[in-house]
Amino acid sequence: MQGNRACCEGALAAGCNFFGGYPITPSTEIAELMALKLPKRGGTFIQMEDELGSMGSIIGASWTGARSMTATSGPGFSLMMENIGYAVMTETPCVVVNIQRGGPSTGQPTMSAQGDMMQCRFGSHGDMATIAVVPSTVQEMYELTAKAFNLADRFRVPTFVMSDETIGHMREKIVIPDKVDIVPRKPLLEGKLPFEPDEDGVPGFAQFGSGHRVHVTGLTHDERGYPDTTDPEVHEKLVKRLYNKVESKRHEIADYDAVNTEAETVFITYGPCARTVRQVLHDHPGECIGHLNLRIVWPFPEDTMKLFTNAKTFIVPELNLGQMVREVARHTTGEKVVSMPKIGGHIHTPAELYRAVEAER
Amino acid sequence: MRHEILFSGFGGQGVILSAVILGRAAALYGNKYAVQTQTYGPEARGGASMSADVIDDEPILYPKITSPDIYVIMSQQGFDKYGADAPEDALMLVDSELVRSRPECTCIEIPATTEAKENLGRVIVANIVMLGALVTATGVVSEDAIERAVLDSVPKGTEDLNLAALHRGFELGRQ
Repeated sequence: MQGNRACCEGALAAGCNFFGGYPITPSTEIAELMALKLPKRGGTFIQMEDELGSMGSIIGASWTGARSMTATSGPGFSLMMENIGYAVMTETPCVVVNIQRGGPSTGQPTMSAQGDMMQCRFGSHGDMATIAVVPSTVQEMYELTAKAFNLADRFRVPTFVMSDETIGHMREKIVIPDKVDIVPRKPLLEGKLPFEPDEDGVPGFAQFGSGHRVHVTGLTHDERGYPDTTDPEVHEKLVKRLYNKVESKRHEIADYDAVNTEAETVFITYGPCARTVRQVLHDHPGECIGHLNLRIVWPFPEDTMKLFTNAKTFIVPELNLGQMVREVARHTTGEKVVSMPKIGGHIHTPAELYRAVEAER
Repeated sequence: MRHEILFSGFGGQGVILSAVILGRAAALYGNKYAVQTQTYGPEARGGASMSADVIDDEPILYPKITSPDIYVIMSQQGFDKYGADAPEDALMLVDSELVRSRPECTCIEIPATTEAKENLGRVIVANIVMLGALVTATGVVSEDAIERAVLDSVPKGTEDLNLAALHRGFELGRQ
């Protein structure tokens, strides 16, 4: 099965019933398949006029209770930024798939990249926290897309599937589970205000049509949802809550593999670079090379680095000029950090990454 | 054992479909692991198109090809771009009508396009002739596995034509 198809199948298994999108290489197969499959299951597929509209449509659909999703690449992702901030501010659960390609601008439409890792976290204006999952296999594309819906609903935050052309267009064997866990968003309870948080910092959801009076706005608002744009305390309380409801749970939701935790030289990867590192470990079994692979990169689970108690060097291969390596570097406690950037469209070869290990001897 | 199979030809010959079918045969009917990738760009409408399979008994870690051991080349441009530097211990199947050059490595000439045009009546199944020849020449998957994968992958109504092409390929690959 192709990675992009596994993304659709995972979404459908998780109950996705609305897709609003605009096809763009290399994510197009996702829109194509959703157009074929969703209507047959009673869901809705809309091809929007552009990516601003795509993002708006999934926000609106989500407020009617839908599990909504869009998929895009490259410039399409940039066009979604304003409404992504709106989804953050209005606490709208939704899933945004980004099959990353080479940028900036139209860049390399058919080639692989991981250049948008900061954009999914900091791309929209204002302080915010978001969640991003990153698959390294077609199997994980299925599983993590499904998981993204649960995370989006639990935290009421846009959740990103930050894949790339390599995994999106690769075909490999996957095992489809009989059932995918679906954890629905919690409803607003009687007597609570629509934006009044529970203990976990997340308010119950006042779905449109469920009888609640609810006002949804991107302006700074109070717990009723009414704009209050000049009171510093209201703004601070709201934006800190939106940030902390995600960031405070970063270790609880961390999803990763940690291999050879006694190693001194440790690779930290996300996405397809994990495949290359696994090959390096396989080809050099006697050498005790550590590998931390993150399936959730935002919020960044820095405690996972502490599992490698003997670590002297962290090597971070990425398909960009060095993005997540900055996040690694700011959480080190004296270890050396080596960035292994690669752009141009191809993933690192095992030989390239092994040379980085040899250089640390 | 890890096999890396590279397919090249011009866009429209079904070079990518060939790799998809072979990967499917290995992964679903051959009890192996397979990863299929391709160069993905404007060459899909002409030019030198390339696709690849990695097939292994073990789960596949690195998904791309680094040093193919099997080449299937169906155009001269494909040979120039992807086949000319084939390592000496590799095995190459070339479409003898469309590829003029020959590599340093062991080369099997398969008149796939000629067969498809003249004996099968449709040039479009040349890639299936090549797939059949590949299977009997290398044994990378079984004849039964590739047959089932072909039947999964071709449009309804063309099963007999594609099976005839595959079986002709089996014969050519055995020679």
